[in-house]
Amino acid sequence: MNKMQRAIRELSEMDELAAGSSLIHALHPAAKLVTTVVYILVTLSFDKYDLGGLVPMLLWPVLLFQVSGIEVKACFYKLRIVLPLVMAVGLFNPFFDKAILLQLGGLPVSGGVISMLTLMLKGVFCLMASFLLMATTSIDSLCAALRKLHVPKLIVTLLLLTYRYVGVMTEELAVMTDAYHLRAPGQKGIHISAWGSFLGQLLLRSMDRAQELYSSMMLRGYCQEFYYADYRAFRLGDALYVPASSTAFFLLRTVRIAELLGSTIVR
Amino acid sequence: MIEFQHVSFAYEKDRPVLQDLSFRIEKGEAVGLIGANGAGKSTVMKLLLGLAEGEGRILVEGTEVRRDSLPVVRRKLGFVLQNSDNQMFMPTVYEDMLFGPLNYKLSREEADARVDAVLEKLHLEDLKHRYNHKISGGEKRMAAIATVLTMEPEAILMDEPTSALDPYNRRIVINTIRELEQTKLITSHDLDMILDTCDRVILLSEGCIAADGPAREILYDRMLLERNRMELPLSLMGRSD
Repeated sequence: MNKMQRAIRELSEMDELAAGSSLIHALHPAAKLVTTVVYILVTLSFDKYDLGGLVPMLLWPVLLFQVSGIEVKACFYKLRIVLPLVMAVGLFNPFFDKAILLQLGGLPVSGGVISMLTLMLKGVFCLMASFLLMATTSIDSLCAALRKLHVPKLIVTLLLLTYRYVGVMTEELAVMTDAYHLRAPGQKGIHISAWGSFLGQLLLRSMDRAQELYSSMMLRGYCQEFYYADYRAFRLGDALYVPASSTAFFLLRTVRIAELLGSTIVR
Repeated sequence: MIEFQHVSFAYEKDRPVLQDLSFRIEKGEAVGLIGANGAGKSTVMKLLLGLAEGEGRILVEGTEVRRDSLPVVRRKLGFVLQNSDNQMFMPTVYEDMLFGPLNYKLSREEADARVDAVLEKLHLEDLKHRYNHKISGGEKRMAAIATVLTMEPEAILMDEPTSALDPYNRRIVINTIRELEQTKLITSHDLDMILDTCDRVILLSEGCIAADGPAREILYDRMLLERNRMELPLSLMGRSD
C-alpha cells in the first residue's frame, strides 16, 4: 500500500468513526458544531500566560473521548502531520520574552516559555475538539448543520465537494505514483524532473474524473442544492447539550480549578 | 420513447463523430448500441442525456432534448456509468441511493421506501449500509444500477455495464438487466451480453448506422461485424455460418 492509498484509507476511516452509535454520535450535528465553536473560542480567550487556567479545558475532550468511545491515539495519529505545525507556532517566544515569571523548584521559567506552552496547548485542544467533531459527525451531517445555521449554500456545497474531490484526487495520485514507481524501481519519491508533467497529468485526470462525477450528480437531479441523506430533527436533548456545555466551558474559564485544587492539597 | 432525427455532432469542425443519425426506440425495447472504438456510441449517450449538444433533434417521450428541458428529460432517463466509482460519490450505498429521489423532492419516507423496494428487487439488502469504498467491483456495479432505479426512470442507459467484472458478477448483472422492464439502451463491446439482453441492435460505424435490426440477425452476421471492425460474440465462435 503506498502513501496515497494509506491517505485514502485514513479518509474513509473518518467516515467510519463518524458512523458510530454513542451518545455523542447521536447528538444533532448543529448542536455539536456550535458547542465545538464555543469551546474553541473559550480556549482561545485565555491569556497567553494563563497556563494554569487553560489546562482544565482538557477535561472536555477527555470526557468526549470517553463517551464517544473514540481512542485518543486515533486522534493523535490522524493529526500527526498538523500537530507539529501547531506546536511550532510559539517556538520562538522564549527568545523574545525572557522576563522570569516564576521559579519552578528553583528553576527560573520565563514568560516566553509559558506563553509557548499556552499556545501549544491551545492549538492541541482546538485540534482535538475539531477532530472529535469530525469523528462523531459525518461530513454530510456537518454540511446539513451548516445549512441549518444559514451558512450560504455555495460555501457549504464547496466544502462538501472539496471533501469528496480530495478523495478523487488522492485516488488518481495513488494510481500515478504506483505507475511511476513500477517504472522507476529503487527510486525514492518522484524525481524533480517529472514534477511538472506529474502535476499537470494529475490535474487533467482529476478534472476528467471530477467532470464525470459532476455529470453523474446532474443526471440524478442535482441542481446546486444538496439534500443531505444523514438528516434528523433537533430534539430536546440537543437543545440542552449546547447551553449545558457552554456553561461548563464558562465555569472552566472563570473558576480557577487548578488553583482551587492546589490550595486544597497544600492546606 | 427515444428518437434521433438527423443528428450530427463533431468535437472538431472537420472531424464529425456522428453524421445524420436517425433512429427510433419504442417503449419497452432493449437496444444494444455496438460499434468499434470511436464509432460514436458514447457520443450518442452524451447527446441523449444533454451532456453535449449537436445538430438535429433528439426526442425523449416527445420532449426535445434542449438546455431548458434537461430536468424533464433527465428525470425520464437513468444512466449507469461505465466506471461505478464515478457514479457512487456518497459514503454509503444507502446515501447514494437517496441522492436522486431527494433531489427530485420526494419526502424522506417516500425516498426510503423506494430504496428498500429497489434493494429488495435486486436482492441487495445486505449492501444498504455498506461503505462504497468497501464493496467489491461487482457489488458496486449492482449498487450503481440500484441508485439509478430508485429514480424510477422510464428508460435506462448503460455504458459497458459488464466491463471489468468476473464471470460470476457479469452473469448477475446480465440477469438483472434482463429483468428490468424499462426501455433499455446499452452500449458495449461485450456482444454476448448484448445477445443475452437486447432484442435489437444498432451497429454504428464512423458515426453512421451500419446496421439496425434484430440482435439475432446482426450478431450472427460475421461478415457484417468484421466489415465494421468487430467479431462474432464468443458464444457463436466456431459455429458454421
